[in-house]
Amino acid sequence: MSYIKAVNLSVGYDREVVSENINFTVEPGDYLCIVGENGSGKSTLMKTILNLIKPIGGTITVGDGLRKNEIGYLPQQTMVQRDFPASVTEIVLSGCQARCGLRPFYNREEKELAKENIRRMGIEDLANRCYRELSGGQQQRVLLARALCATKKILLLDEPVSGLDPKVTAEMYELIAKLNKEGVTIIMISHDITAAVQYASHILHVGDTVYFGTKEEYLNSEEGRFFLSGQGKDGGME
Amino acid sequence: MIETLFFYLGRPIVQYAIIVGVLIAVCSSLLGVTLVLKRFSYIGDGLSHVAFGAMAIATVVGLSDEMLLILPVTIISAILLLRTGQNTKIKGDAAIAMISVGALAFGYLLMNLFPTSSNVTGDVCSTLFGSTAILTLTTVEVWVCVILSLIVLILFVLFYNKIFAVTFDENFGKAVGTRTGTYNLLIAVIIAVIIVLAMKLVGSLLISALVIFPALSAMRLFKTFKSVTVFSAAFSVICTLVGILTSILITTPVGATIVAVDAIGFLVCWLISLAFRGRKG
Ligand SMILES: Nc1ncnc2c1ncn2[C@@H]1O[C@H](COP(=O)(O)OP(=O)(O)OP(=O)(O)O)[C@@H](O)[C@H]1O
Ligand SMILES: [Mg+2]
Repeated sequence: MSYIKAVNLSVGYDREVVSENINFTVEPGDYLCIVGENGSGKSTLMKTILNLIKPIGGTITVGDGLRKNEIGYLPQQTMVQRDFPASVTEIVLSGCQARCGLRPFYNREEKELAKENIRRMGIEDLANRCYRELSGGQQQRVLLARALCATKKILLLDEPVSGLDPKVTAEMYELIAKLNKEGVTIIMISHDITAAVQYASHILHVGDTVYFGTKEEYLNSEEGRFFLSGQGKDGGME
Repeated sequence: MIETLFFYLGRPIVQYAIIVGVLIAVCSSLLGVTLVLKRFSYIGDGLSHVAFGAMAIATVVGLSDEMLLILPVTIISAILLLRTGQNTKIKGDAAIAMISVGALAFGYLLMNLFPTSSNVTGDVCSTLFGSTAILTLTTVEVWVCVILSLIVLILFVLFYNKIFAVTFDENFGKAVGTRTGTYNLLIAVIIAVIIVLAMKLVGSLLISALVIFPALSAMRLFKTFKSVTVFSAAFSVICTLVGILTSILITTPVGATIVAVDAIGFLVCWLISLAFRGRKG
């Protein structure tokens, strides 16, 4: 039994299919990278996995002891309130929301967890700063810490490095790889095929053709060669 | 001047007005941040007009306690407006504009067709802008206000963290299993109750001011959700108190005076924030 299993999945909005025939499985400990052109339906697929929108066809099953509220999520930026007055600690703590259920206040354990994840992301010195005054990279770390408060098991990241400079991007990838080594399953959307090939264990390519397989299989597949050459990269080609 | 003030403060009617004023001030300021940032403020505006329409009907029908009609009608409208805003493709704003202007027109029409007193214009004016002089309240009205305010306060404290989560990032909340729909509904209901409450104090056209000024002022100066919330409440209470007392001393309409004080307060906060920024930069 796997964490997530999609069979013949089609995703889209209001019955309008964006992408179809998607089949993939995610096992505990995997690092799945979702690649594809702009508008190919990557974010749509992720929202479907998260149950924010309904699948148009096919099924998604969540299993192997993974519960719906044990999924951490890092949205593609725009969704968050830009002017919101909130400190880093308040935001990270709000990741514990799902653990609370109906309990109105956070308990000591949850506050510890928030502190721990702030440390894990290396942003202790920002803990009392105002979110809206942070740089893009710092904000991404805050949101990642929040996502970690929601789960120990699986993280869904929608373009976690968009808008970050090369140095911060590399740090972010290392951070995510470290989390994966610590046992957190990762599903990440990325335009950066080089990074995908470097870090991921599996690749899901959405677009006109859908491809799913391990990284090695992908590199030798037609889609993989085409996409890699299209990006002007030569990683993995003979 | 001080003597006159103490003379007035000794009278129950003034004491009631102050108690009710302070409670309404606290409640209306609490959800300000959420309203402003979730772009719910137009819902607040629309609802206050609906409340006006309901008030007109209640007066014409001759209900002994107008709240019995106004409260449910406003709450139901709040829920409906929230639904239309979210689900359909028709722009929520347009729907709300239609409903609110419609309610205003029907309300005014009703009050003119079936006048309950000789001074219709005066009645309409006080429903729109609050009472012209000091707030006159019966003991029952005071109790209703106190109980509703307490309910709003308790709900807000209990759901503070949920409201934070839903306001900051609704999709994340939904993704990790928070019942965002339910909490949005709760927020809508609380807004409705606050509007009905505040209508007494400042009239239906000026309610938005009571909700928005404290939040915007606090957001100028403070950076965490908690401090913004606490400061909003304090700001709102102080402005309302100053407003009520001023209106007594120089006999101005109470609602407009409070809003004027709020506006001045906002200006002060804005200047302070500018000064701070100037010093830092
Ligand atoms: N809320 C929405 N309602 C209707 N259609 C939408 C909505 N959001 C996106 N779409 C459409 O769905 C398609 C896929 O969008 P999606 O956001 O999934 O692309 P993506 O692969 O994430 O692209 P990007 O790499 O730019 O993030 C696009 O054609 C887009 O116009
Ligand atoms: Mg996307």
